[in-house]
Amino acid sequence: MTVLHNKNDSIFRLSLFQEFPTLMHYQSFGGYEALGKAMNECPTKVIDTLTTAGLRGRGGAAFSTGLKMQMVLNNTEQERYIICNADEGEPGTFKDRFIMTHNPFQLLEGMSLAAYAVGAAKGFIYIRHEYPEEQDIMRHSIAAARAAGLLGENILGKGFSFDVEIFSGAGSYLCGEETALLSSMEGKKGRPRVKPPYPTQCGLWGKPTLINNVETLANIPMIISRGGDWYRTLGTPDSPGTKLISLSGDVVERGLYEVPFGITFRQIIDEYGGGIKDGRSIKAVNIGGASGVVVPPWELDCTLEYHSCNERGITIGSGAVFVMDERRSILANVHNRVEFFLHESCGKCTPCREGLRQAGRIIHNLLAGKASMDDVENLERYTRAMQNAAFCGLGQAAGNSLISSLHYFRSEYEAACVVYDQHCKREEITA
Amino acid sequence: MNLVRFELNGQAVEVSPGLSILEAAKQYGIKIPSLCHHPDQRVKANCRVCVVEVEGQRNLVASCATTVTEGMKVRTNSPKIRETVQTILELIFANHPQECLTCVRNGNCELRQLAADYGIREIKGEMAAPSLPIDMSTPSLVRNPNKCIKCGRCAEVCHHVQETGILYSNYRSIDVAVEPEFGKNLSEVACVLCGQCASVCPVGAIHERDDIAKVWAALDDLNKHVVVQVAPSVRVSVAEEFGYAPGTIATGKLVAALRKLGFDRVFDTDFGADVTIMEEGHELLHRLNNAGVLPMITSCSPGWVKYIEHNYPEQLGHLSTAKSPQQMFGALAKTYYAKKAGLDPADIYVVSIMPCTAKKFESQRPEMSDSGVRDVDAVLTTRELGRILKQAGVEFSVLTEEQFDDPLGISTGAAAIFGATGGVMEAALRTVYEVVTGSELTNVEFTQVRGMDGVKEAEIDLAGSKVKVAVAHGLGNARKIMELIKTGQADYTFVEIMACPGGCIGGGGQPYGTTNAVRRQRIAALYQVDEALPLRKSHESPAVIELYKDFLGQPLGEVSHKLLHTKYKNRSLRKLKG
Repeated sequence: MTVLHNKNDSIFRLSLFQEFPTLMHYQSFGGYEALGKAMNECPTKVIDTLTTAGLRGRGGAAFSTGLKMQMVLNNTEQERYIICNADEGEPGTFKDRFIMTHNPFQLLEGMSLAAYAVGAAKGFIYIRHEYPEEQDIMRHSIAAARAAGLLGENILGKGFSFDVEIFSGAGSYLCGEETALLSSMEGKKGRPRVKPPYPTQCGLWGKPTLINNVETLANIPMIISRGGDWYRTLGTPDSPGTKLISLSGDVVERGLYEVPFGITFRQIIDEYGGGIKDGRSIKAVNIGGASGVVVPPWELDCTLEYHSCNERGITIGSGAVFVMDERRSILANVHNRVEFFLHESCGKCTPCREGLRQAGRIIHNLLAGKASMDDVENLERYTRAMQNAAFCGLGQAAGNSLISSLHYFRSEYEAACVVYDQHCKREEITA
Repeated sequence: MNLVRFELNGQAVEVSPGLSILEAAKQYGIKIPSLCHHPDQRVKANCRVCVVEVEGQRNLVASCATTVTEGMKVRTNSPKIRETVQTILELIFANHPQECLTCVRNGNCELRQLAADYGIREIKGEMAAPSLPIDMSTPSLVRNPNKCIKCGRCAEVCHHVQETGILYSNYRSIDVAVEPEFGKNLSEVACVLCGQCASVCPVGAIHERDDIAKVWAALDDLNKHVVVQVAPSVRVSVAEEFGYAPGTIATGKLVAALRKLGFDRVFDTDFGADVTIMEEGHELLHRLNNAGVLPMITSCSPGWVKYIEHNYPEQLGHLSTAKSPQQMFGALAKTYYAKKAGLDPADIYVVSIMPCTAKKFESQRPEMSDSGVRDVDAVLTTRELGRILKQAGVEFSVLTEEQFDDPLGISTGAAAIFGATGGVMEAALRTVYEVVTGSELTNVEFTQVRGMDGVKEAEIDLAGSKVKVAVAHGLGNARKIMELIKTGQADYTFVEIMACPGGCIGGGGQPYGTTNAVRRQRIAALYQVDEALPLRKSHESPAVIELYKDFLGQPLGEVSHKLLHTKYKNRSLRKLKG
């Protein structure tokens, strides 16, 4: 399943592992060497190495991992937590579940390293409710690591204690947003909190908390083993390392691919995905999941890099790439996504709650041939309000994804309005 | 303290540190629109109409939730901001009933004001106003979920000030509803009807039950002798309904205005308050001398009484059996006054003007009919008073001051301060001190029990023995005291508790715009009223002396017991086991 230009350049080595691997299997490929190595040195060395490596959060926000750890470390409060965000709710994303089923120990080792770096004694893996098998595998893996002295009291006899617990989500997409996740863990409604204070200062139960995505944490052992400079040989200076891409849609080979930063989206589709099925052509590609953007084929020469994507308005997000061939309807796709966001909005802030309500109605009317270009202009305005003023990333991202379709595929909106305009004209003439 | 310098709309300005952009801009004459923001509440940042541009930020930021930092460049007015704010207002309106003309908040709705300020002329979205049932289950409050804009101000005050936790923001997305648990009515939950939710609601989603029609019907009935009583705190708040500054003392104008409405007698709840001190003060002495349940806790605040009945029913023995001033007044108006004036109690109609929504509930408690008929027939809040006066065309500003009628209009400074937190305690101490020591109290001001601190304690020397007292206001603070009492850690003799922050001047029926700053101004005004009165001790009131001489006999006597004392009820909603 996994194809890489050079096998040595892989962080996840996913092809080496079967589902439900044993601890011994992981250790036979150098597993847990990084933790032993790190614990011989002071915790800040871990942070320094990650900063040198230039690792950035893989959950979507791409915040510097080293800096985030430093922010947790800077607190005077000694009771700290680390949380692995495995809520993986972004439609079209299936990388975290793959890591958990195929390489759970690399994730656990990464968590232990992060905990050692920030001085946390307790970690949680927040796994979405819809992943019961992943929860099982992680639970077994934790038990195995604990039995081997790699979790729990006095790990490897080095005086560092750290344990991990599974926390099951309850089915809300928004709980992947870090502050909503915290609220949900505290038994409150899964709604986002006002930031600041950031979780690094005031997180779980008011304590400094490091929250990282599964992929981010699973990157750490290899970086510690092979060094920050080695990591920088992968990817590009702006975006070092590799990225897991969940490739789906109308490609020949759908699947999960670990790709180095710096290749183009076209390469991902053609070289990894084997191109489009039945020789059809690409109409659009949805990058970054439901909260990402929809781009036309000519944007696919953009390289997978934080900086260049940002310049083109593309959000790498969780790394979901959904390819649509010429037969697909953009409006149907947009409708699907608006319905998704409307269902998942927590309803806390006005632009998201009411904006999505209106957006949903307009798109419904568009598909039913009952909307005019005035409605489309309103839709654009609501979308901008969501993008500019929503409380959290959900509403802002809902805006982003709508705006991109309006920008690149306006003709489809116009075509849907023609029907209605003609109908109205006829009414006018007969009236 | 180092000031923070920042740029506001291109102008270099400085403010003290820790302020939000919204607060800082206000100091420089820029009013940023807001709906969910309330100066006394935590930041919610829900409504998003306060968004501004901050240089370096891709998106707009909520000015209520963003602290000003050194060198920050803020823009509060730009095409992007205007479009966004207008769009958000439009979005709210598309989900809001277009009933502004007939809405109880017509004239003081914050949403409607913003729509006017922002020139909303057309709502382009599809109208999606719900038509959910309206909760009319209590005599005090009306909850209209259709008008709710989900700002969360009511739930915030309910959870974090009153700590009653009745209103929740339930469900998600477009189904979000701010309501009691499982969508129940207010009568089905442990709501104390304090009305703090109504006081902070920016729109007409929760408000006092309007009893104006009842009062008009009584006034129009020629066979009724309609008397009105005015609570202490209303005289320092009613003027706000007519555009005066908070803390304006308007006793004389208020009396004149009520007479213009057509009341046959304009009396004063302060008379009832003086009687309350006589009864409650002697009850305290009786408990002290007869090993009664201590601490004794005041019972003037009907929200508080309902709260203890719901939450601490096993502690009801602490509650003074004395009725509240409103109910004492009602019972006396229909007996003592009826006799004096030669009227049939059934022909007397008592209207109360109260700062309080819970007073409506109190007046309808079944036991409040000791006079043989209902003691108080109708209760109007200060806000309803403002409305009924406007209906009658009373021009408040040009009224000449008038005096209350005799004898139920004569009162002391001790009664006036009932409206402020600590006031009942202070009034009681003025009387109890003189009764116990037999000597004159020269300095009548017990300043330790004054002010806005949540829980205040003081130690009073009563003829050689020290008595510890406590004062709490706001039910969150009441809970603190009750937990001490429940666990046997309270060494107080006497406790005053008021349901609303600041006491009655901060009641749930007071004019809109009540904030802690406004509460302080109203409190200051009440102490001015007290200071200006020749008599400042309840037992010195000639009306009180005459009442006991001619009618009641002794405090706690037989007639008092029948008319002026009451019983309480276990209202616990906790299911009994077994």
